[in-house]
Amino acid sequence: MTAVTARPTASRRRFTGAGKPWVPYLFVAPFVLLFLVFLVSPIIVAVWNSLFSQQSSGLGFGGTTTAFVGLDNFARALSDQDFLVSFGRVALYGLVQVPVMMFIAATLALLFDSALVRGRRFFQFAAFLPYAVPGVIAALLWGFLYQPSVSPLIQALSSIGVDANLLAPGTVLWSIANVSIWSYTGINMIIMFAALQAIPREIYEAARIDGASDLRIAVGIKLPMIAPAVLLTTLSSIIGTLQLFNEPQVLKNVTANISSDYTPNMAIYAASTLGKDPNLASAMAVILGVATLIVSVVVLRLNNRTTKRASDGL
Amino acid sequence: MASDTLSVTAATTMPDAPEPGAAPRAPKPPKRPRGATTFVNGDRVSRVGMVITTAALLIPTAYFLVPVLWLVVASTKSTGDLFSTPGFAFADFHLWDNLVALSTYDDGIYWRWAFNSVIYSVIGSALTAFVCALTGYALAVYRFRGRNVLIGIVLGSMLIPGTVIAQPTYVLLVNLGLNNTYWGILLPALVFPFGVLLSFIYAQSSVPIELIEAARLDGAGEFRIFAGMGLRLMSTGLVTVLLFAFLGSWNSYLLPLLVLTDQELMPLTVGLTGWSQASITIPGLQVLTVVGSLVSVIPIAIVFLSLQRYWKSGLTAGGVRG
Repeated sequence: MTAVTARPTASRRRFTGAGKPWVPYLFVAPFVLLFLVFLVSPIIVAVWNSLFSQQSSGLGFGGTTTAFVGLDNFARALSDQDFLVSFGRVALYGLVQVPVMMFIAATLALLFDSALVRGRRFFQFAAFLPYAVPGVIAALLWGFLYQPSVSPLIQALSSIGVDANLLAPGTVLWSIANVSIWSYTGINMIIMFAALQAIPREIYEAARIDGASDLRIAVGIKLPMIAPAVLLTTLSSIIGTLQLFNEPQVLKNVTANISSDYTPNMAIYAASTLGKDPNLASAMAVILGVATLIVSVVVLRLNNRTTKRASDGL
Repeated sequence: MASDTLSVTAATTMPDAPEPGAAPRAPKPPKRPRGATTFVNGDRVSRVGMVITTAALLIPTAYFLVPVLWLVVASTKSTGDLFSTPGFAFADFHLWDNLVALSTYDDGIYWRWAFNSVIYSVIGSALTAFVCALTGYALAVYRFRGRNVLIGIVLGSMLIPGTVIAQPTYVLLVNLGLNNTYWGILLPALVFPFGVLLSFIYAQSSVPIELIEAARLDGAGEFRIFAGMGLRLMSTGLVTVLLFAFLGSWNSYLLPLLVLTDQELMPLTVGLTGWSQASITIPGLQVLTVVGSLVSVIPIAIVFLSLQRYWKSGLTAGGVRG
């Protein structure tokens, strides 16, 4: 992380503000202030609120009082079967959705990087177009394509004798995954493609002279060289999976098979709005935040180790 | 979620970037000589391979394009035809009627939502880009106490997904009395660490310190140097920041859903999903949701796809180069 300091050669030429030491602080003040108010304090508020509870006094007369309850909200959240199941659900979802999306994105990026594709710009445009459709709109759109009454897909399937129900309890999770794959394959492809284009072409020439095939070069040279880009797009996809909200929340409107606490983020939203229990919601948000942090750190560790091994191997 | 996904990627890839300050790659790499593959593999084999590969690409391409195509076709149908005619076949052309219905339903609330989305996105992204530019410029040009800490904070906070703090942010906004206001949506969006990082990288590579020295000798103040020179030199990078911030605000859903209960303040995302929910009881809303989705996608798709050069260079500059 600290690798992003300025180039050492430049530092001797940079100033502390031409004799006015407060100038740089003035420049960074707006960001720091906003950062403290809208990023640091929500976290503090969440942790603080998670330790309290609203309790109605007496027989329900005279409103509510706030009482310190310690880790009670955490205990309630962690003993909530549905909340725990929602974590398992997004884990299962991520185990399938992320590899599938990465496989499609990497394959497309490798094809676009090869000389095998005519009309590359058109194909790239097509793959990228869904990313320009806001996630919520994409979910609305697919929502229509999943409903038997309007969907041409289901009509087509039933005409060849397949009775598909894309919103059934067992399949709806994968229908949500499909929306994410459709939306985000393009951007991941572009990131990997950018990494591929940055590799010096001479490396392949040498391999070709040695008689390596295009496929061999793609799998044996290109993929390992963009391993950091692949692993880190994977990391952000995993984090995205844990945060899953928009797609299931929107698809909930067209099926009863998505509960209001289908994913951890939906559970937080439901506790906050339907359950009217912001304290429990705060505890859940803290739990989700910590879980996200742990997953990020684990994946980053894994990534560092892999990158090191890759560079040792070279 | 999209912009979160992106920012995390660029952030965490940084350590692998050999030289973060380097200028972004030229937008169009020089075309490789066509003979490169054909020379080795023999002309005929390669041409067959090319045809097969290009044909095979039609399958994923159909997957990516067909839903959008359906949206276009469905937008031209009446409510009855939407449910009774085949999905990809045009029926009676009702697009104009649908647009009129969209514009007049509930006193034209749709355009109110569109206006709100534009406000949140345009004003929000302009302010965000300015805050990011100030910070990135200062980090690149000045040496001051706490600078390294600030860089560490910027990088670290990119790992915090916006949605995880949405509920706490909502609680905070209620305490500040900012729920159900424009500011309640605008202000939290201004914290954009990825944008700060991009501005920092661009300032490092595009603002020569000699020029700043020269301007100082001419007696220009620090802020004037930034506003008159720095902003202009960083403009490519700032357009990238602007675009990502714009997209982030345009797509934003969870926070507005929590913070806004007043219909008049809602952005398109919240409004349209509300219609989708209500269409269970009000069948006519289904067509309006379809047409409304199409209308909301068109401007953002045009802006985003026509400015590809900028955000692609942003991704490269962000250190995503393997």
